[in-house]
Amino acid sequence: MPSFFRQIEQKTWWKRRPKILRNLSAKIAALPMIAVALVGFVGCSVWSIVYSFTSSKSLPKERFVGFKQYDRLFDSSRWQTSVENVAVYGICSLVFSLVVGFLLAVALDQKIRFENTFRTIFLYPFALSFIVTGLVWQWLLNADFGVAQVIRDIGFTSFELNILSNRDYAIYAIIIAGLWQGTGFVMALMLAGLRGIDQDIWKASRVDGIPAWRTYLFIVIPMMKPVFITTLVIIASGIVKVFDLVVALTAGGPGGSSELPAKYVYDFMFGRANLGQALAASTVMLTTVLIILIPWAYLEFSHKKDSENG
Amino acid sequence: MSSVAISDLSLSFGSVEVLKSLNLEVDEGEFIVLLGPSGCGKSTLLNCIAGLLDVTAGQIFINGNNVTWDEPKDRGIGMVFQSYALYPQMSVEKNLSFGLKVAGLPKAEVQERVSKAAEILQIEPLLKRKPAALSGGQRQRVAIGRALVRDVNVFLFDEPLSNLDAKLRTDLRVELKRLHQRLGNTMIYVTHDQIEALTLADRIAIMKDGLIQQLDTPAGIYNNPTNRFVAGFIGSPGMNFISGTLEDDAGQWFFAAPDLRIPLNDYAFTGNPTAGQQVEIGIRPEHVVLNDVSEAGFVTLQVEADIVEPMGADTVLWTKLAGNNLTIRTDSESTVKSGDSLSASFNPARASIFAQDGSRV
Amino acid sequence: MAEAVANKMQGPQGPKPKRIISGRNIVLYGFLIVAALYWLLPLYVMVVTSLKGLPEVRMGNIFSPPMEITFEPWVKAWDSACTGLYCEGLKVGFWNSIKILIPSTVISIIIASVNGYALSFWRFKGSEIFFTILLFGAFIPYQVMLYPLVIILRELGLFSSLGGVVLVHTIFGMPILTLLFRNYFAGVPDELFKAARVDGAGFWRIFFQIMLPMSLPIFVVAIILQVTGIWNDFLFGIIYAGTTNFPMTVQLNNIVNSTQGVKEYNVNMAATLLTGALPLIVYFVSGKLFVRGIAAGAVKG
Ligand SMILES: Nc1ncnc2c1ncn2[C@@H]1O[C@H](COP(=O)(O)OP(=O)(O)O)[C@@H](O)[C@H]1O
Ligand SMILES: [Mg+2]
Repeated sequence: MPSFFRQIEQKTWWKRRPKILRNLSAKIAALPMIAVALVGFVGCSVWSIVYSFTSSKSLPKERFVGFKQYDRLFDSSRWQTSVENVAVYGICSLVFSLVVGFLLAVALDQKIRFENTFRTIFLYPFALSFIVTGLVWQWLLNADFGVAQVIRDIGFTSFELNILSNRDYAIYAIIIAGLWQGTGFVMALMLAGLRGIDQDIWKASRVDGIPAWRTYLFIVIPMMKPVFITTLVIIASGIVKVFDLVVALTAGGPGGSSELPAKYVYDFMFGRANLGQALAASTVMLTTVLIILIPWAYLEFSHKKDSENG
Repeated sequence: MSSVAISDLSLSFGSVEVLKSLNLEVDEGEFIVLLGPSGCGKSTLLNCIAGLLDVTAGQIFINGNNVTWDEPKDRGIGMVFQSYALYPQMSVEKNLSFGLKVAGLPKAEVQERVSKAAEILQIEPLLKRKPAALSGGQRQRVAIGRALVRDVNVFLFDEPLSNLDAKLRTDLRVELKRLHQRLGNTMIYVTHDQIEALTLADRIAIMKDGLIQQLDTPAGIYNNPTNRFVAGFIGSPGMNFISGTLEDDAGQWFFAAPDLRIPLNDYAFTGNPTAGQQVEIGIRPEHVVLNDVSEAGFVTLQVEADIVEPMGADTVLWTKLAGNNLTIRTDSESTVKSGDSLSASFNPARASIFAQDGSRV
Repeated sequence: MAEAVANKMQGPQGPKPKRIISGRNIVLYGFLIVAALYWLLPLYVMVVTSLKGLPEVRMGNIFSPPMEITFEPWVKAWDSACTGLYCEGLKVGFWNSIKILIPSTVISIIIASVNGYALSFWRFKGSEIFFTILLFGAFIPYQVMLYPLVIILRELGLFSSLGGVVLVHTIFGMPILTLLFRNYFAGVPDELFKAARVDGAGFWRIFFQIMLPMSLPIFVVAIILQVTGIWNDFLFGIIYAGTTNFPMTVQLNNIVNSTQGVKEYNVNMAATLLTGALPLIVYFVSGKLFVRGIAAGAVKG
C-alpha cells in the first residue's frame, strides 16, 4: 500500500466505527456458521475425544481412566473384525469404483449414441438411499429365491449362493451393493474430468500418431491426477461413514462377521450403553480420517499457492 | 507440383454447413495464411486438412497423394495449436520424442531429430523442464518443435500466437518467418489477425462463412480487394465507404454523390459499369493526403476535421466529406485541430468500387 | 491446377466410410450394454417382485415378469405393513419424512445462502477460518458428533422431536451448501456488488434485490441436493427423531428387517420402491442439475 494511503488511514481511524461493528450485518448473518463451526464441529469433536478417556456408561461421567477404553477397543474381536471389514470394503470399493467408473466414463466419452441414457442408467442408484440399496440387494442375493434360484432353474441345480449367510463372504455382499450405488457417481466425476481436458491434446496426440489407449494411459490419466485425488478423498471419507448399508443388508451378521466401525460406535452408544467405548471408537475413526485428510488438504493448499505464483 | 490441394471440400456439423465446396491449392514451400473473422471456418478447414475432422464431401491431396481418408499421422503433416497442447506431465524432451517413439523409430534417430529441432528453435536449455515451468513463448516454441521433429513438409498452425502478449507475438512472428525461410516447408497458418497475415503470408486466403473470398498476395488483397467484405476486413483503420452512383459523361466515368463528384479516368474497372448504377466507393485512409496535390490523377476535396486521434507513429483524422465520414491517416507532425477545414487529395486509381452485391466493379 | 483436376474423382472422396460393426464398436457398446443391464437389473427386479403375489414370488424366478399383476403389495406397504411396533404401513413414515424434509431444506438453504453471500462479498477477519473449519466438518465422521448433539438437543428440549432432526440436518448440510453458495457468488462480478454499494444498498438489500434474483439455478441445485440427502437419511432419523417421528427410511428398514412373521418379499419391494420414489423422481426430472448437485455435494458422502 502506498504510504500516503496509510497516512490517511491513520488520520481517520478515529472517525470509523469500532472494528467489531464494521460489517455488522455480515457478522450477524455468519453467526449460525460460526456457531456450527465452533460448537458443532470443533466443540463436539473435542467433547467426544475428552470423554473417550472416561468410563462413561449410559451417561457421560467425568471419571477418567486413561487409555483403558482404547485398550479394550483394540482387544475387542468385534472391533478387529470391523476394522478388517472396513479395510476390505474400502480397498475393494476404491479399486473397483475407480477402475469401473473410469472405464465407464471413457466409454461414454467416445461420442457414442444414447450417451445421456447410459449416463442416467449408471447414475440413478446414487439417488437412492443406502437403506433402499441394501434391501434390494438383500432380495437379489437371497439364497432361496434370488438370483441363486434363477441359476438353479437354468440347470445348475446344486448352485448355492449364500454370501449373505456366510461369515466369510457377507462383507462382499455389502461391497457389491455399495459399488452398485456409488460407481455411477465416480463415473460422473471422471467424465467431468475427461471433458475438462483441453481437446487440442487429443488432436495433438492423433497428429503424433499415438494410439488412443496410450494417450489415456500416459497423457490423460496423469493430467487427471487432481480429479483422481479428489475422488479418492471423497470415496474414502464416505467409506468411513458407511452405516445404513450394513444395517439394511446384513445387520452386521451373520454372527457379527460384517460389522463396520460406524455401526460399532452406534451400537455401543445407543444399544449397549457403553458411551466411553463408543467414543473411543469414534475418536479412532476421526484420527483415521484426519490422517487421510490433512495431507490432501495440504497438497491442495500448496498446489493452489504454486499456481498463484506461477 | 502443389503441396496441398483441396477440391470441392464441404463439411457440415449436423445440419450446419461450415465449409461449402471449398477449393484451395497451395504450392510447395508456400506460406499460406487463412484469415477471417472468428467462426468463419478457418480451424475447421485446417482440421480437415490435418484429418482431425471427417469431411462431408470433397477430396484432400497432400504431396500428390489423396489423403482424404488417411489418419492424421499418415498425412505427412505437423500441427501447432493455439493452446500449445503440450503433454503437461512430460518433459520438453519427452514431448518432442513421444510421437517418434510410439512410431517405433530407432533411439539414435529420435535423439538426432530432437536435438536438431531443439537447436533450430533454441530450446536446448529447456529440454529437461516440464511445460508448466516454461513461459508462453517457450511453450509455443516447444509446440513448434513437436511438429518439426516429425520431419514433414507441411506445417499447419492454428492461431499459434494468439495466446501470447503483443511483444512476444511480434518476436515470434519474425522467428516463424525466419523458420520458414530456413526450412522451406509448406505452411498453412490460421489467424484472425491481419497484421500477422500481411507480414507472414506469401498468399492470403480471406474466408467468410465457409468460403474463400479472395486468395492473393498481401499486396493484391490490400490494393485490389475483390469484394466489399475483403476491402472492409483488411486495413486498420478500415476503408472509407461512400455510397453514390456511377455516371457516364460522354465516355468519362464519374462517381457521384450529393455534393460530391469524383472523376474515375484512371480507375481500372474490372466489371461492367453501367451508368446510374448504385455503388460504393472505397478509399483507404492512408491513401488520402492532406493539402492540395497537383500531381496528375489526384483529386482534391474539401473536408472538415471532426476528431483528431494521435496514435504515436501517425495520426488518424475523422473528417466529414460532403456529409460522409472519411478517416484520414496522416503523419504525427500534423497540427490539425477539430473543426479545421482542410483540403484532402487522393488518387481515384487506388480506390475500389463495389456494386450493391459487394462485388468489385 | 491441371494435376488436381486430373486427380479429381480418383481415389477416396467424401466422408470416410464407417463400419457400424467394427471391433471397436462391439467392445464399446458391448461393455456399455452389459454394464447398463447390471445397473438396471435391481430396479427391474424390484418392480416385478412388487407386482407379484406372494405365492408366485416364492415359486418363481425373480426375473420373470408377473403372471398376474397385483397392486396388493403396494397397498399393504403403504397402509398396513408392520414395523414390529405397529401395523400402519409406510404412510406414517412418509408424512414424517415430509415434515422433516420441508423445514430442513428451507432453513438450511436460507442460512447457507446468506453465509455463502457473506463469505464472498463481506469477508471479515476470521471468516475464512470459520469456513475452513466448516469444510473440515464435512469430512468428520458423524459418529464423533452424535452424542454431543444428543446432549445439546436435550438441553434445548428438542431431543426426540421433529425440531431436533431438522436442526441436525441444518447443521450437517451447512458445510456443503455454504461451499456451493460461496463458489457461486464468487463467480458474480465484483463490480456488480461495488456498484450496488455505491448506490447505497446495504447487506440485506444487496442480498435480496440483486443476488437472489440472479441465483435461482444454484438454489435449484441446493434444493435437489438437500431433498435427496435428507430424504435418504437414516442415521439422524433413527437417533434424533424419536419413535413416533421416524422418517420413511427407518420405517422401511423396520418393516423389511423385522423378524416377526412371514417375509413378504413383494410387500418389501413395494415398500422399498415407495421409499426410493421421491429421490428417483427428483433425479429423472432434474437430469443434468442433479449431476451438478451431487458433484458439489460430493463431500457430503
Ligand atoms: N464440433 C462442432 N460442432 C458444431 N459446430 C461446430 C463445431 N466446431 C465448430 N463449429 C461451428 O463451425 C463454425 C466454424 O468454426 P471454426 O472453424 O472453429 O471457426 P474459426 O474460423 O474461428 O476457427 C463456427 O460457427 C462453429 O460454431
Ligand atoms: Mg479457430
